[in-house]
Amino acid sequence: MLIRYISQIGRYFLMLKEIFNKQTKWPVMKNLIFKEIDDLIIDSLGIVCFISFFVGGVVAIQTALNLTNPLIPKYLIGFATRQSVILEFAPTFISVIMAGKMGSFITSSIGTMRVTEQIDALEVMGVNSVNYLVFPKIIALLLYPFVIGISMFLGIFGGWLAGVYGGFTTSAAFIDGAQMEFIPFHIVYAFIKTLIFAMLLATIPSFHGYYMKGGALEVGKASTVAFVWTSVSIILFNYILTQLLLGS
Amino acid sequence: MIEVKNLEKSFGDSKVLKGVSTVFETGKTNLIIGQSGSGKTVLLKSLLGIHTPDVGTIEFDGRVYSDLEPDEKRELRTEIGMVFQGSALFDSMTVAENVAFPLKMFTNDNKAKIQERVDFVLERVNLVDAHKKLPSEISGGMQKRVAIARAIVNNPKYLFCDEPNSGLDPNTSTLIDNLIKEITEEYNITTVINTHDMNSVMEIGENIVFLKKGLKAWQGTKEEIFRTDNEAIVKFVYSSNLFKKVREAYLKG
Repeated sequence: MLIRYISQIGRYFLMLKEIFNKQTKWPVMKNLIFKEIDDLIIDSLGIVCFISFFVGGVVAIQTALNLTNPLIPKYLIGFATRQSVILEFAPTFISVIMAGKMGSFITSSIGTMRVTEQIDALEVMGVNSVNYLVFPKIIALLLYPFVIGISMFLGIFGGWLAGVYGGFTTSAAFIDGAQMEFIPFHIVYAFIKTLIFAMLLATIPSFHGYYMKGGALEVGKASTVAFVWTSVSIILFNYILTQLLLGS
Repeated sequence: MIEVKNLEKSFGDSKVLKGVSTVFETGKTNLIIGQSGSGKTVLLKSLLGIHTPDVGTIEFDGRVYSDLEPDEKRELRTEIGMVFQGSALFDSMTVAENVAFPLKMFTNDNKAKIQERVDFVLERVNLVDAHKKLPSEISGGMQKRVAIARAIVNNPKYLFCDEPNSGLDPNTSTLIDNLIKEITEEYNITTVINTHDMNSVMEIGENIVFLKKGLKAWQGTKEEIFRTDNEAIVKFVYSSNLFKKVREAYLKG
């Protein structure tokens, strides 16, 4: 069992190396990158906006409901919402959600190509299929921090709307809290995490799709396994990066 | 010409190819036949470089595949056209884009020249009105023809076909067989076809290699297949009453 996991990890790193071998011609690659930006980034914006807005609202309401002591100032609602959204919710939990949304899309599309011999066709033609399939996804996901930036903004905006119009705080208090003790490095930390998660989101589901064996049923199973491993990796890296960047 | 020498390939404890040696000739339709599990697909995938043989060599016009550098192998692969059993067309591309794909990847031709070549090969496989259709919008027979067009668009030296007739009706099967034979002769390609279809054997079998349990059990032409008394091939080819009667009639003259 352990040997199997180690062998899989080794295979994953060999795949990463292969991604950068023998590049596909730029005119072809350019079109692939634009297609991946459309499929992975643009198509994810709707769900990211929706979730961020409402979860931001819920964070504000729950913070307000837990501030029962009258000595605790109301501006803490804005402060807590900003900290939760910027540090964890936007970079980490949106990435876990994207592991399901983007990850299953990537695994199933590459897995279907494997099942229907389209990857064999690429290889037989002399195309570096790993580069052709995975490299454009990595480049497209370099735009992922923009998605997370939008998520941060909408999360805080949702918190403000829910806090103010729900009668839990005033607009001025919320904004004061949101600006209080702001540490710019927290944004840097969030975007460093986001970039690492983007790499995981592009490569782990691709790995599970590329090396899958079997038929249509196995494509579904591979998507589930890819989601689990991408989520586990995101959570693990979240811990490691937090310890490295904020813990010392 | 492709020369296979003493090819062996195992998967775990199972030895699938046990020392196959044969020659696939240029300008001829070379057929690999045999029962399921006889090693046909493994032989074809070894020829394509998808499987690496444990023992033995494969020579493409004197170039030993295993001795080539990775770049030379990729270069050789650009000389290969392949028609997969399920056609393996790229779902997200139209018919014309599928056919143009090898040209976009491996040539520096401009758009107009690529378009001209795509039009030519699609016309060659009798598909003139399907340029903008997606693979899911055309029939199985048309998909096979698109796959053939894609395989020949870059003027390959070697054409491989894995069960090109599977899932097709008899008429379409004959059309595909004849098309492959015509293209082989027209462009002087070394064509290797992996098939179960006895009609194909009788129609286009210019050089037939019969595999049994990982070994070459017989090799000859479609004419020789009628006269042979090799028990293994007679039992395999003439398992249907129709073919038995055809053979009897042939032998009676």
